[in-house]
Amino acid sequence: MDFINAIILLLNYIFVPALAYGSQLALGAIFVTLIYGILRFANFATGDMMSFGTMFVIIFTWYFQSVGISLGVFPTALLAIPFAIIFMVGYMLIIDKFVFKYYRSKKSPPVQLAMVSIGVMFVTQAVVRIIIGPSDRRFFDGEKFLIKAGEFKEMTGLNEGLAIKSTQVITIIVTLILVSTLFWFLNKTKTGKSMRAYSDNEDLALLSGIDPKKIVTTTWVIAGILATIGGALYGLDKSFKPFTYFNNMLPIFAAAIVGGIGNPFGAFLGGYVIAFSEILLTYAYRKFFMYVLPESMEPGGLVQLLSTDYKFAVSFSILVIVLLYRPSGIFKGKVL
Amino acid sequence: MRKNLNVIAAYSIMMGLIILVGIFQSWNIALSIFNLCLISAVMTMGANIQWGYAGLINFGIMGFTALGGLAAVLISVDPVQEAWSAGGSNILFSLFLIIAMVLAVRYILKNYKKSKNRTYIVAAIIVLGIVIIRFISEPGIEAIENVEPAKTGFLGGLGLPIIFSWVVGAFFAGGLAFVIGKVALGLRADYLAIATLLISEIVIAIIKHEDWLTRGVKNVIGLKRPAPYEVNLQQTDWFINLVEKFNSSKLNLITDLTERQAALNQLVIEGSSVFVKLCYSGLFLVVVIILLILTQKALYSPWGRMMRAIRDNEEAANAMGKNVVKQHLLIFVLGSAIVGIAGAMLVTQDGLFTPGSYRPLRYTFLIWVMVIVGGSGNNFGAILGGFVVWFLWIEAAPIGLYLVNLTTAGLEDTHFLKVHLIESVPYFRFLMMGVGLLIIMRYRPKGILPEKIEIK
Repeated sequence: MDFINAIILLLNYIFVPALAYGSQLALGAIFVTLIYGILRFANFATGDMMSFGTMFVIIFTWYFQSVGISLGVFPTALLAIPFAIIFMVGYMLIIDKFVFKYYRSKKSPPVQLAMVSIGVMFVTQAVVRIIIGPSDRRFFDGEKFLIKAGEFKEMTGLNEGLAIKSTQVITIIVTLILVSTLFWFLNKTKTGKSMRAYSDNEDLALLSGIDPKKIVTTTWVIAGILATIGGALYGLDKSFKPFTYFNNMLPIFAAAIVGGIGNPFGAFLGGYVIAFSEILLTYAYRKFFMYVLPESMEPGGLVQLLSTDYKFAVSFSILVIVLLYRPSGIFKGKVL
Repeated sequence: MRKNLNVIAAYSIMMGLIILVGIFQSWNIALSIFNLCLISAVMTMGANIQWGYAGLINFGIMGFTALGGLAAVLISVDPVQEAWSAGGSNILFSLFLIIAMVLAVRYILKNYKKSKNRTYIVAAIIVLGIVIIRFISEPGIEAIENVEPAKTGFLGGLGLPIIFSWVVGAFFAGGLAFVIGKVALGLRADYLAIATLLISEIVIAIIKHEDWLTRGVKNVIGLKRPAPYEVNLQQTDWFINLVEKFNSSKLNLITDLTERQAALNQLVIEGSSVFVKLCYSGLFLVVVIILLILTQKALYSPWGRMMRAIRDNEEAANAMGKNVVKQHLLIFVLGSAIVGIAGAMLVTQDGLFTPGSYRPLRYTFLIWVMVIVGGSGNNFGAILGGFVVWFLWIEAAPIGLYLVNLTTAGLEDTHFLKVHLIESVPYFRFLMMGVGLLIIMRYRPKGILPEKIEIK
């Protein structure tokens, strides 16, 4: 019995939250990796682009709520996402046309594009803060829990409760659907294949008649979808605050690089690697050992490897180690 | 003279703008802008050495600034005796263990051939070392943090004059840069950017949460000053006389004696804060000028030519027998050390150390905007960038307010759009920075004062 309790404990405090957080990171990381692989620059505006998309999700959610449309047990935001995506993609295409296109056609070095993306970051941040303000916003409605801790305890008769938030389930399911569609698109359709070809070798792709304009537009559209959904899922699960989104850029970068930048599948797994290591290393295992070990061997302290303050630092340290020993990432991306 | 005309013109316009602020807003504001401009200028010089001279991207400026600030605390705060007696020995012993661990790892790496076993042994030493150090330091840290947590709760510093910290800050930042450089300089440009950005976040996390060393988010306030205190100045005779002399024409208009005394008191209070700021300006100006002379000399020296050669074509420079890796490391350390000086200066000026205020937007990206806008590779350009961007950063809110009022003049004061826009005026500075950066990068990619290499 103690053993099952211990497992439930880990599921409740480590596995489920890490899976949800990892999915949110994974979407962001695929966004980074796509831009890096096809447009060839590190996009420092990642976090702010995600907050831009989420902002529209929130605005549409408010609108639907005011009109009285809702999805019942599901959050209204799910209905708002498609509309927000339209605005997000539009914004990205406008930015590309007025900012990035010039440097792409001039074949500027990636560093210059990265600098330009810092300009975009400032502008996006300003726009988001001017439109919706810098404060913390929650836009979740509908049923909050799928399984409540108390109900679970009653149902199974265990000491430990398992609480699963509906946002966590939604996050994981939506991520799985989105990512599998994306991989199907990249691997099976003609446009997807030409995108991969373009990412692999630009000149060769151009020679074989691939239209670069179409590739770039498709990339921005996919990036817009990923950014909006990733941002909205994070906002639903936690809350929306422009500053947090800006900071999320860092673990997202870590995930993309750990997975191998330019490699979407690597980025997908990288998100989970980062999320799990952050939570595994900063969790206090005391209760777990109390269940598993006999009473005489119970640990005195919290049995915590690192204090939770260092959550971010964990993912960055992993990144530094990966950079040192395997600069192309765990799942071989572009060698930089 | 003629070829430097644009430099002189740009600087005179800048000084004119600051003087205008002094006349229209107040001299206090103008001087505080000027002081922070000088500090920003030091930071941009550091970043410019790395980016402009050598083409290295350092997005870890925030970390080096914070380390400089930490140096100011560790140098100037008086040591907390109780904390030292409570946990000092544990901390010193842990420090000794860390050094021993590093030396052991180095010894193994040097004397044994690369093999799987070696890797495992090194990993084992590190893991074991961390566990042992945690066991030893934990009680010490706890004891230190329990010494009057509301007032101290940390080890304190050395109790020396804070000016020394400017040098120590440079050494701290340079030391960190040496470690980072050893690890990360082999990476390609944008990888280096991301790596340094993340490493600087780690530095901030450590400074924020190691309360025994830095007091963490509880902040250290009331640091010593290299300049006199306003309160003391207000009671000093020579200062009151000085203020009286300066404003004699204004004061002579007032005939009533008590009124005159009140007016004089007011002037003394205002004058004292202006005087203190002027003292800081003087100190900072000395630093900026010394650094400017040194960096200019370096730029036109054989070493500077070599750096540019490495920047423009690494392979060719390598083929000519220049040690690219070593020079990159050197310049990374030098640039970061300069940023460390700026960090210590910043904390000196504020008189407080607030680890929570170190954010990448303000301390990394804004500095980069300064370098790019001012002109990378040109020291005068970088300094000008620091001035222009910081000036706009501060004055963006009034300008934004003015623009909002202008564009929404037709609307009523209570109209929701106008109210909303006026509330969000502080964020116009981001917009201004972003648009400014984009425009400069597009139409003047070399900055306001572009790099100009004269062959003498």
